[in-house]
Amino acid sequence: MTDLYQSQRAMRNKRQAAMQRGVVAILDVGTSKIACLVLRFDGLDPVKTADGVGPMAGQSRFRVIGAATTRSRGVRFGEIDAMQETERAIRTVVQGAQKMANVRVDHVIASFSGARPRSYGLAGAIPLENGTVDECDVARVLSACDVPDYGTGREALHAQPVNFAIDHRSGLGDPRGQIGNRLSVDMHLLTVDGAVVENLLYCVKRCDLELAGIASSAYVSAIASLVEDEQELGAACIDMGGGATGLSIFMKKHMIYADSVRLGGDHVTLDISKGLQVPMQTAERIKTFYGGVVATGMDDREMIEIGGETGDWEHDRRTVSRAELIGVMRPRVEEILEEVRERLDAAGFEHLPSQRIVLTGGASQIPGLDGLAGKILGQHVRLGRPLRVQGLPQAATGPAFSSAVGLCLFAAHPQDEWWDFEIPVERYPARSLKRAVKWFRDNW
Amino acid sequence: MRPIRRDPTPRRDMRPIRRDPTPRRDPAPSRWAYRIERMWLTPFYRALLRKGLPVAVIAGGAAWYLGDADRLDALRGHVAEIRRSIEQRPEFMVDLMRIEGASPELSADIREILPVDFPVSSFDLELDHMREQVAGLDAVAGAELRVVAGGVLEVSVDERLPAVVWRSREGLELLDEGGHRVAAIPARDARPDLPLVAGDGADRVVAEALQVLAAATPIGDRVRGLTRMGERRWDLVLDRDQRIMLPERNPVAALERVIALDDAQDVLARDVSVVDMRDGRRPTLRLSGKALEELRRFRSLDDGEDA
Repeated sequence: MTDLYQSQRAMRNKRQAAMQRGVVAILDVGTSKIACLVLRFDGLDPVKTADGVGPMAGQSRFRVIGAATTRSRGVRFGEIDAMQETERAIRTVVQGAQKMANVRVDHVIASFSGARPRSYGLAGAIPLENGTVDECDVARVLSACDVPDYGTGREALHAQPVNFAIDHRSGLGDPRGQIGNRLSVDMHLLTVDGAVVENLLYCVKRCDLELAGIASSAYVSAIASLVEDEQELGAACIDMGGGATGLSIFMKKHMIYADSVRLGGDHVTLDISKGLQVPMQTAERIKTFYGGVVATGMDDREMIEIGGETGDWEHDRRTVSRAELIGVMRPRVEEILEEVRERLDAAGFEHLPSQRIVLTGGASQIPGLDGLAGKILGQHVRLGRPLRVQGLPQAATGPAFSSAVGLCLFAAHPQDEWWDFEIPVERYPARSLKRAVKWFRDNW
Repeated sequence: MRPIRRDPTPRRDMRPIRRDPTPRRDPAPSRWAYRIERMWLTPFYRALLRKGLPVAVIAGGAAWYLGDADRLDALRGHVAEIRRSIEQRPEFMVDLMRIEGASPELSADIREILPVDFPVSSFDLELDHMREQVAGLDAVAGAELRVVAGGVLEVSVDERLPAVVWRSREGLELLDEGGHRVAAIPARDARPDLPLVAGDGADRVVAEALQVLAAATPIGDRVRGLTRMGERRWDLVLDRDQRIMLPERNPVAALERVIALDDAQDVLARDVSVVDMRDGRRPTLRLSGKALEELRRFRSLDDGEDA
């Protein structure tokens, strides 16, 4: 735990260094594509509009100056499978983005979707010694959380304090300066397979880059695609990627649950490929052009020429109706959504006050998906597109880029995590001095 | 009864899929290509490559080319040849010398000391050196040399005008008003128009001498010259071996007093050998020997009569 704590702290310092230099790259390592955006931070003060609300949700401080995307290689289920291949893909995409930005980037913030994330709710409480809550009390209460045994080989990816309570007052966002006797905290801990993080670190290092931050793509795509009141009132974001479908539940602007289903758009393609006996590229093409999940009478008459390269006339002139294609795709999409439903039920999503579900990610572009998802997941389903950020090319504004855009927001304004607070030292010299001052004041 | 069409969809409605759905070519850069690209995007290396490298190549090439002594000599010879060919153009040639503001004798002197064999290129004329040479002549107060249009070397000379003739131990010399030597003359007769001064150190006080001589104009026809005595005061020497000894201070006033005395009592016409004005309170007269005897005789006669 402590060494990951240290490495996360080191990443935060690198992020600060990158902000000083003003250029940072974000890297979304997905199963079907790898996207890289180069952000320039101008360090401009955000224009004050209203108290507590920044202009454009505080994301006007950066600008996307380079964007590149490439077909992913060597990634399965959102995890790096073949390191050399992935390293090459990262090199390609970073070089493309650098060339467009015409600037060299050294720091990169990465996200990935797989690695079997697991959520834990942690609680901790401490008595307050001198009445008011200060920074080190927050750090102490965070370290007083009883960390569950999440198994060897797993590492904490996010550890965010979600809720603070002083005595009987709960739901405090920022307890500093408040007066009470007892401070308690609820923390959300997300752990992933350590080997996956190691692999990503190794690949990034092989590309002469430094990792300045790491995030779960379920989390960052929710940041990008949930609007502010959805984040506040509670919503689930389902990021349907190529190899894995991430889901995260937000409440009071904090992620309270995240999970991932190891199924995605690539499995749909694979089903088409197997069911129609076509190569994967053709299957992908058919899926993107004619795919759907709701068949109508018109679809029976719409024939798709699926072709072939064998030289056999009969084989190369095969056609398939769109209804047949939908018949192949729908069970798999249903399976994915059922799986997601299961995870949401396990997380107790139905007990939340708001049942809003947002579908995003590349696979959410299947026509008719919102109707199907409405039947499986509940009525409050909408398709989400990422927030618009300055300088983002038109090609990168689709739902497939929601985790990339979310990473931009994450890079600009990361939420407080455990490692942002100082390590509490019980024998803190300032504390004893403060105690001495208190003793003086009490006696004279 | 209509026949049922076997094929419900006409062929033209069928959507073809592209024949060759190969993915867009997106080759990964090699590790070295990636590193070089990143290096190229680094501002330092970029500046080094875009400015440093050409400068280094040019400087290195020049150093290599000039490193060989033969090539360097050839290059220098070539440059010198071009330079000479430009210098020898008729536009830059000087054909004659014109001397302004100098007497014929001085002109002859200047021509003698400036041995320029015309025609010569104006680049080869060392005007400063020549000017120093001309200014070094005694009779020249200042000189200006310039090459004017038409290939003429113009020498404008400010000539010194002799004011007095000075008889020194070395001989007779002409001095200007400031006491500067102008020329030597063989005899006093060569310049009878100029007054004569004599004595050591007279050249340093020529201005005072001229003032005294100017004051002496009423008796000008009798003045023979001025003599500097002991390098501190003047004696005005008249004909008949008469002398007017002037004081160190205010010699002009003393002389005017003598002239006034002469006007009133014809002092200088009498048999007086020296009028001594050194004592400021009164003039002292020294009679010649004959006059003194005569005076004594008169006095004894007077004494006899009285006795």
